[in-house]
Parts: sequence; structure tokens; C-alpha cells
Amino acid sequence: MGMAEFLISSVTVGAGGASSIDFTSIPSTYTDLRLVVSLRSGSSGTSRGLSFTLNNDAGTNYSTRYFYGYASGVTGGSTSSSTDMYSGLYGGTSYGANIFSNIEIYIPNYASSNNKSVSVDSASENTSSTNYIGFWAGYWAQTSAITGISLKGSLAFIPNSTAYLYGIKNS
Amino acid sequence: MTDTPTKIIVDCSTGEQQIVPLTAEEIAQREADAAAFAAEQAEREAAEAAAAEAKASAQAKLAALGLTADEIAALSK
Repeated sequence: MGMAEFLISSVTVGAGGASSIDFTSIPSTYTDLRLVVSLRSGSSGTSRGLSFTLNNDAGTNYSTRYFYGYASGVTGGSTSSSTDMYSGLYGGTSYGANIFSNIEIYIPNYASSNNKSVSVDSASENTSSTNYIGFWAGYWAQTSAITGISLKGSLAFIPNSTAYLYGIKNS
Repeated sequence: MTDTPTKIIVDCSTGEQQIVPLTAEEIAQREADAAAFAAEQAEREAAEAAAAEAKASAQAKLAALGLTADEIAALSK
């Protein structure tokens, strides 16, 4: 059985920057969702945190386990009963010029009536010792079909940051 | 970049995109989230620095005992 992937929507952040990107009215006609983002903050700091909510749910229904490697080691941790899903790091102005960070969020069976699982990989590349690469396993304790995804940065995304939402289905 | 934080809303059923200012509540939540992340990051970086310092101290003590650099490296793997 083959698999087909379709672009549902895409966003390129404009001149004003943006603090969040919300995808709404996501159709339920696919089996999985894949969200690919390229982000950079306009502020200093080695890295910034990205999180997201589903269906605008701000309840304590999100949990994650994660690990990531950086120049001098590997670390990990977890979050539970959170009001959003922590999902990676992205760089700011302390990173090399024009270097954007990559984060990919995969949500299988997003339209099912079961609680939802999420996997995330995050690469925050720099030209110095502050590189990160990390993996997140997420869980949303809600059974509703996912119709909305809201990406939230701990600091605003600069122009030319992008987000591409794909739908995947077997065909 | 504008001073007022904004969000981009994409309606996937129509493709329409809107740029709207964050509400006062959303701005407050965002600031709280950023502060929490900064605190967590500072704590993590402090722990990483302490671990690196402890490792360097241990390696110096091993060297003082007469271990070679290769022997110390082998113990660190």
C-alpha cells in the first residue's frame, strides 16, 4: 500500500514577525499530520523553547518525555500535566547569521477518538558549541479529533520563519 | 518587527490567513511561558556547568595520581 502526502497549508512569517502560528479547521480526511517548521528568534540567548497546543486546549492535558544532545553532553527530562506541549528549541541572534532551526512534529491518527501521541525531532544548528538535536515523545490526554494546532514561541519568530502542515494518508 | 505581539491564523479549509494582535491574556501567558522557559534553561545550564566542572576536577585528580591522558580518557568513556 502506498502512502501519499499533501500540503494542507503553509505560512511564511512576514515583516512584522509573529509570536504564534495557528492552523485552524484542519480537515479530518488524512490519517496522520506532519508539521515542519523553520524558526529563528529575533532575541539573544542560546536557544528558545517552542511549544504547541491542540484544539486551543489550555487544560493540563499534555505530557512529554525528551532527550537532546548538545556540544558537551546529552540530557533529558519530562513534563506532565502541562498546559502545552514542549516541543523543541530554536535559536536566536546569538546564533550565526541567517541560521534557522528545524523542528518536525508528527501526529499519527489525529482524527481518531483515542488519546493522541506525538513525536518531535528538533535540530538547532549553529556554528559554535551551542548546537542542539533533540527528540520529544508527547501525549495529549484528549479524545477529540485534532482540528487545530497552535505553535507558540517563547520569543517571537522573525520574518521568513516558515511552517508547513502536511496531511498523510494511505492510498 | 512590530512592538505588538501578533499571531498568524491560517484557516486550512479556505487557505485564508489573518494576522491578529495577541490579547492581553495571551501576552501575559506568553510572558509567563518565556520566564518559565528562561528559568528552566538557566537551571539546566547551571547543572551542565557544574557537571563539566566536576568532570574537570576529577580528571585533574586522576592526573595527579599519575594516570596518563589516554588512561583518563578511557575511564571517561
